Amino acid sequence: MMKIESPGLEHPKTNFNSYREKTNVMAEIKDFEFEEMGSKSVQPSNAINESLGDVMTLSMGPSHPSMHGVLRFKAEVDGEIFHRITPDIGYLHRGDEKIAENKTWHQFIPYTDRLDYLAPLCNNVAYVMAVEKLLGIADQIPERCQFIRVICCELARISSHLVGIGCFGMDLGALTVFLLAYNEREKVFNLCESLSGARFTTSYTRIGGLSRDLPDGWLGEVNKFCDEVLKAIDDLESFLTRNRIFLDRTEGIGVITKNQAISWGLTGVNLRGSGMDFDLRRDHPYLVYDRLNFDVPVGVKGDCYDRYILRILEMRESVNILRQCVKMIPSGPINIDDPKIMLPTKKRVLTQMEDLIHHFMLATEGINAPAGEVYFGAENPKGELGFYIYSKGGGSPYRLKIRPPSFVSISVMPLMLKGAMLADVPAVIGSLDIVMGECDR
Amino acid sequence: MKKTVKDLALRLKAHFPDIIAEPVEFRGECTCTLLDSNRLHEVAEYLKDQLDFDFLKEATSIDEPDKPLRFTLVYELYSYYHRVQLRLKTSIAEGNGKISSLSDLWASANWQEREIYDLMGIQFENHPDLRRILMWDGYPFHPLRKDFPLEGKASECGVLFTRPAPMEGGPFVTQPGLLDDEDREPRSRTPENKF
Repeated sequence: MMKIESPGLEHPKTNFNSYREKTNVMAEIKDFEFEEMGSKSVQPSNAINESLGDVMTLSMGPSHPSMHGVLRFKAEVDGEIFHRITPDIGYLHRGDEKIAENKTWHQFIPYTDRLDYLAPLCNNVAYVMAVEKLLGIADQIPERCQFIRVICCELARISSHLVGIGCFGMDLGALTVFLLAYNEREKVFNLCESLSGARFTTSYTRIGGLSRDLPDGWLGEVNKFCDEVLKAIDDLESFLTRNRIFLDRTEGIGVITKNQAISWGLTGVNLRGSGMDFDLRRDHPYLVYDRLNFDVPVGVKGDCYDRYILRILEMRESVNILRQCVKMIPSGPINIDDPKIMLPTKKRVLTQMEDLIHHFMLATEGINAPAGEVYFGAENPKGELGFYIYSKGGGSPYRLKIRPPSFVSISVMPLMLKGAMLADVPAVIGSLDIVMGECDR
Repeated sequence: MKKTVKDLALRLKAHFPDIIAEPVEFRGECTCTLLDSNRLHEVAEYLKDQLDFDFLKEATSIDEPDKPLRFTLVYELYSYYHRVQLRLKTSIAEGNGKISSLSDLWASANWQEREIYDLMGIQFENHPDLRRILMWDGYPFHPLRKDFPLEGKASECGVLFTRPAPMEGGPFVTQPGLLDDEDREPRSRTPENKF
């Protein structure tokens, strides 16, 4: 294992490759061939051929502290080694897609809060941007609104990654990290509260704009939070990044190669952890991401440790983006000036006939969207959250499909856990950073 | 050399002139419709191997009961090399509609197709593990079909929710009002005026 030479904390990015070269744990695990989940015969691969004991069926979850929600595993274990593992999902299925077909465009925004409930602001932004794309108004969104949306997304990303890392640490026995991360997350919620009035279920965005402008002094608080969270990330890293126990339990565990990651459709951190240099914010910029300067950290080995490090680095990049946004944000309107899309102000409704009509139409029939189909994917903390909308015109979607990143991440678990030890399950789940509200919809 | 999505769609059209309809562009996205759903696998293989669409972002389905080909399958394909996204659609009829699974080409199709089977009831051929995924095993209905009511249906599988959700006269109305939902809300979908 590597030796820690300097007592101070270096930026882990610089040491990334030397971390990798010195460990060769993955060589043993690489030989496992994934067997399709449906095949009934269990073929023990070479490394576990020797231990042909009795295969026992083990059920983990749906209510289990390390399952990050209501995920259940049906596993065939031989002692401590998994022969086959089958995730069982759907315990949190609420039929969001069916509900969407029966709601107006605006009425579905609160449901997006409940998808990835650790980063509701991101989901709000992704959904309204999909609808805006359908309406053809994506290029008319005011600049100030776009900056605020970027700030929202990055705050949500920090908050989500804090939970991800905190729970990851807790599952592997480092409870202090969890408490530390939640302390910082609390500050994000305070910001959310003054921004939208709600801490969790923000429903902040509107189609064509936002529900309200920034409160006074809010940007200053964001700046203050940026300073504080950087210190907290340093502290957090000092608990995990060079922690021998943590390294032993994450390095070479849950390895997924680049080709596997692409074939299985992984996105976000989980894809970049496997060495694929791809980020929607940079490669297909939406909002004002093309005017911001940020790095996209990419992993090398695709193991749990890589994904952990990427989350840490991504949080630092998010702080970087936040600071740029706070500096660059212009003043001006936050909503587009189109009475057929945005609700008029109450005063105008009560004084002007035209606005009263618009208000009535928007409140009863909703926005009259054109017929057509669009797909919009946004780089969310968990990966690419996509909305496919098939519209036949009118006030609600004919079909709305949510592409949840966690659903895809969970589908890879049989591949990652094949031949792994029982104790690797919390490490793999923690490093994939799944959330069941989004997976089950 | 990197190509635009339009170029790739035209190449697909040129390779399968009879079964690919003219590519449709809407909001900067390109949609190709496959007219013969039996040849889906062949077309998908060409898209993956020749046109470098190596990432299946999502697969989904649309139910249009009034059309002769009731179900439409939608595949969102992405190419990491060309950095473009293409949508492939194909329609099948109810009943005789079996469609070949693409999970041998893109592993992500495995769960996406299970979800389509679960919620829409479309059967896939050569799928390694076609079981229900979100609903429980033994559940008799396919809830995303348009003829499935929003409040649910009674089922006799003996577990979980076997009765429709109490909706008190209309979808999402928690307290009964003075008017019925037809008068109060013209768009509400009561069983009589559904679709």
